[in-house]
Amino acid sequence: MKLDSEEREMLAGAAGPAARWGIEYQRSVGEFFGAERMVAVRSAHIHCDGEALGEPGAAFLEDWARRGARLAIPMTMDPRSTDPGRAREIGQDDAIVAEEARIVGALTAMGAIPSNTCINYQTLDVPHLGERLAWGDTGTVIWANSVAGARSNFEGGPAALAAALTGRVAEYGFHLDEHRRGTVLVEVEDQPRCLTDWGALGALVGRAYPDYWEVPVLTGLERNPAPDELKHLGAALASYGSQAMFHMIGVTPEARSVEDAFGGEPPERRMSVPPGALAGLYESFLPERGAPDLVVFGTPQLSLLEFRRIAEGLAGRSVRTTVFLTTSAQVRAGADDYGYTELARAAGAVVLTGVCFYLMTARELARTRGFRTLLTDSAKLANTVQGYGYNPVLRPTDECVEIAVRGRFAA
Amino acid sequence: MSADERLVLRGPAGYGEAIEAEALVSSDGFSARYDLDHTTGVISREAHELYGQSLVGKVLVVSTAKGGTATGWRLFDLVERGTAPAALVFRATNPVMVQGAVMAGIAIMHRLVPDPVEAIASGDWLRLRPADGEIDVERRA
Repeated sequence: MKLDSEEREMLAGAAGPAARWGIEYQRSVGEFFGAERMVAVRSAHIHCDGEALGEPGAAFLEDWARRGARLAIPMTMDPRSTDPGRAREIGQDDAIVAEEARIVGALTAMGAIPSNTCINYQTLDVPHLGERLAWGDTGTVIWANSVAGARSNFEGGPAALAAALTGRVAEYGFHLDEHRRGTVLVEVEDQPRCLTDWGALGALVGRAYPDYWEVPVLTGLERNPAPDELKHLGAALASYGSQAMFHMIGVTPEARSVEDAFGGEPPERRMSVPPGALAGLYESFLPERGAPDLVVFGTPQLSLLEFRRIAEGLAGRSVRTTVFLTTSAQVRAGADDYGYTELARAAGAVVLTGVCFYLMTARELARTRGFRTLLTDSAKLANTVQGYGYNPVLRPTDECVEIAVRGRFAA
Repeated sequence: MSADERLVLRGPAGYGEAIEAEALVSSDGFSARYDLDHTTGVISREAHELYGQSLVGKVLVVSTAKGGTATGWRLFDLVERGTAPAALVFRATNPVMVQGAVMAGIAIMHRLVPDPVEAIASGDWLRLRPADGEIDVERRA
């Protein structure tokens, strides 16, 4: 890989030991993928929950912080494993709070923003066409690439940190036009009707082509989806299929036409989503018992509009099971101001900030609180919690609200 | 095939030092977060073809890299715990698995010919030379 003079100086240690570690690390990863050069990035976003890091990851960050490492560009942080003030109420150990504080402390000392959010693209760092980024959390990356037309690979924690220290990434994968072209044409004949249907569509397409290098091109949709619907579609494609980019004809910026999306080549492969396919996806998540142990809204974290819809559905009623709403500090401030938080709370729902359920030590909560059957409106969460021994059930948002109030699945 | 038959797989240069170890092969994908009990190095997802088997000290040979960005940290954690594989071989990997392997200092290779998932059997002895993009396979299975 060719390095410019500034990068060669970094490699020689002129910008300090942390930048030197970063550029060496990035060169190794870049050379694996045949990258020819580094390119500047505007921001980084780091996945850094305590469960993923473990003790060695936390110690690694603390070591760099102690040695005075400073970030060269803005870096936001993904959700945490706990909402510190609420850990006991949730049923989490104090040790988790302490571990999270270590990680946040080390990263903020280096200059990172303790945003604790996976919807940075909806709130505090909105990307646009052609920008280069170094983002982690698959849902943020697929949004940046697809909806915004910005450019990022999935950057795991150390890779996002390296990028923030050097202000660069190696140019490979989704930074290159050749990887951004469509690889499979998806003809949708089962129209999504609600937010959860869009997640279900993403689950079907992701499951069919589970490969980072696949770029589905969606066509046949009768309606331009809302931002939250695109959010759930992308999060599900990334979760079920490890995909980092999709095109939607007439909606996403690099897909004005099918020809545009495929770079002028005819599609090599096609899949169809036939009538009834979405219902089939819901039916693949069957409850083992008549009542959910908990209902979770907010994977990805709730936007203000999503939050309001749930809060208004709960207004003046009482839930008969554990209900979690998870969101970011930015949305929470709005929800507090406009009275939505109070509506949800008064109904008995638990509103948590800066977290996401499957990062919230889900395996331990299953043991300590007896959680097994989890109802959600998020196709992504229905996928990820299975790895923690849950029995997920997927239903549309409004139906989840009704079940939460009823306390059982059957009407 | 005779027991002493040798085979060489070739592809682009990978990452890591030359290493030799026994192969553990699956046509399933692999996620270091969702398929594995990181405290033991045993595959813990019931639906996985290698469920119940330990990858500690083995060369894991699988089809694809699955899962999210947590893998970037998780392999480093495995090395520190002593529950890591010796090396990783994929048909085609995603960046996060490579980012995790480089962080952890675990050798990783992909896009080899012939297809490693077909050509290698669990129990075969592998000699990886990542810098040369080559794997020697010694049949023991």
